[in-house]
Amino acid sequence: MNALPLPTRKLEDWRYADLDALASLWPLPAAEQIIVAAGDRFERAIILDGSIGEAAVQQIDLTLEAGAKAAIYALNIGGQYGRIELNVTMKKDADFKLGCAQIGGGDQNIELVTTVTHAEEGGTSSQTVRNVLGQKATGTYLGKVAVARGAQQTDSVQDVKAMLLDRTATANAKPELEIYADDVKCAHGCAIGELDAMALYYLQSRGLTPADAKRLLLQAFVAGAFDGAVDEEHLQQLALAKLSELIA
Amino acid sequence: MLTINNLHATVADKPILKGLDLTINAGEIHAIMGPNGAGKSTLSYVLGGRPGYEVTDGSVAFNGEDLLEKEAFERAAAGLFIGFQYPVEIPGVSNVQFLRESLNAQRQSRGEDPLSGGDFLKLAREKAGLLKMDMEMLKRPVNVGFSGGEKKRNEMVQMGILDPKLAILDETDSGLDIDALRIVGEGINSIMRRPDKAVLLITHYQRLLDYVQPDFVHVLAAGRIVKSGGPELARELEEHGYAEVVA
Ligand SMILES: Nc1ncnc2c1ncn2[C@@H]1O[C@H](COP(=O)(O)OP(=O)(O)O)[C@@H](O)[C@H]1O
Ligand SMILES: [Mg+2]
Repeated sequence: MNALPLPTRKLEDWRYADLDALASLWPLPAAEQIIVAAGDRFERAIILDGSIGEAAVQQIDLTLEAGAKAAIYALNIGGQYGRIELNVTMKKDADFKLGCAQIGGGDQNIELVTTVTHAEEGGTSSQTVRNVLGQKATGTYLGKVAVARGAQQTDSVQDVKAMLLDRTATANAKPELEIYADDVKCAHGCAIGELDAMALYYLQSRGLTPADAKRLLLQAFVAGAFDGAVDEEHLQQLALAKLSELIA
Repeated sequence: MLTINNLHATVADKPILKGLDLTINAGEIHAIMGPNGAGKSTLSYVLGGRPGYEVTDGSVAFNGEDLLEKEAFERAAAGLFIGFQYPVEIPGVSNVQFLRESLNAQRQSRGEDPLSGGDFLKLAREKAGLLKMDMEMLKRPVNVGFSGGEKKRNEMVQMGILDPKLAILDETDSGLDIDALRIVGEGINSIMRRPDKAVLLITHYQRLLDYVQPDFVHVLAAGRIVKSGGPELARELEEHGYAEVVA
């Protein structure tokens, strides 16, 4: 159990949160602790789909010992409020991969908040995030990559893209770097866009309905997030069902 | 098959088509030639129902139906195919998935049964073979990383699979080398030269017309058909240029 007071909007990590929904869950249980032993492998799929309640917050503290590899695949499609929070600490030569799709409509608020700390040298981390937001939904990615002094040869990538289906939807994306080592590669890309009108027309000119053309483009847009997951097919199917609902 | 009457259309409020008339009957192949900016691509987009291309006057009948009140996907199901001057790249969507879904959407709206995966692949393999395109390319994302010529051949493979009644091919010959030009020309003939089908070729060059001989040639200039004739008109244009022939 965490005894902290309910966060306010002044806290960067909670800036876009649905605080009313959060209050219904407060105080949150302690974050799940996962330690992947040296050289081990770990994979987890996280699905927030409203099945455990209109509001859901999943917090995980993940520590990768030397040479450990972990992959987390996350699908955040609500309830009303869905928040995934990952706090990853990486020791020497550890490898962390995150693939996440967040898909929301109505007035859903869905967010992914990550902190990846490269504590020692030689670690690699990659985060692929795809957000699809329609109607009045809000989707957020706040991702900090911290590279400690001495964590040389760190290689980290944050690849974040959001697709807005309506002008009334909101995407927040904030990749952040905090680097205290000099021999590192940290790449981050962040793009917010709309479906390509010419691609939509091209697909329809071959006989696809507007909804099917959109679905095909969106399916391709989120697909990359689940590349390589053990549950890839299951995750794709859930994502597809949510996308279909959104464009119906 | 297609009757265009006094067609006026604007793009971004700018009048581009200004009273275009054209009739195409089943079994015919027509070519439209004309200077850059004349409105040739605009005509294909207007007929294909591209958003933003607004018809301000005139009518278009396609097999007795009002074409202009149909949406783009309904025009495809009615048997219209547009070969794009600049085929679009669609990352992450495979040709095979896209075409199978498109064909089955068309079949469904015509009240036909969908094609199974196996039957579709057989059809796709046959049409790819006709255009000498590697089946592996059909499994790749639509047009991504394709050369200009490969994109145009892919358009023709799509045409073969979708089997339209009327194909409007916008500069399908541009970007093709001599060998590809012959393959594409023969592909068009084998897919479309039938008594119940028709083709409208948009081109700048006589060379495609050496392979796909048109029954009629038209000159489009400043948004209207200003001259029509037989195959000899294309040769005249090639020799003397638009300015002299149209004057
Ligand atoms: N999206 C657009 N916005 C404004 N003008 C356009 C647009 N597309 C085409 N045009 C104009 O319409 C005219 C006809 O273009 P187009 O149909 O592409 O000619 P063609 O295919 O015969 O070379 C040109 O003057 C072009 O600049
Ligand atoms: Mg053109």
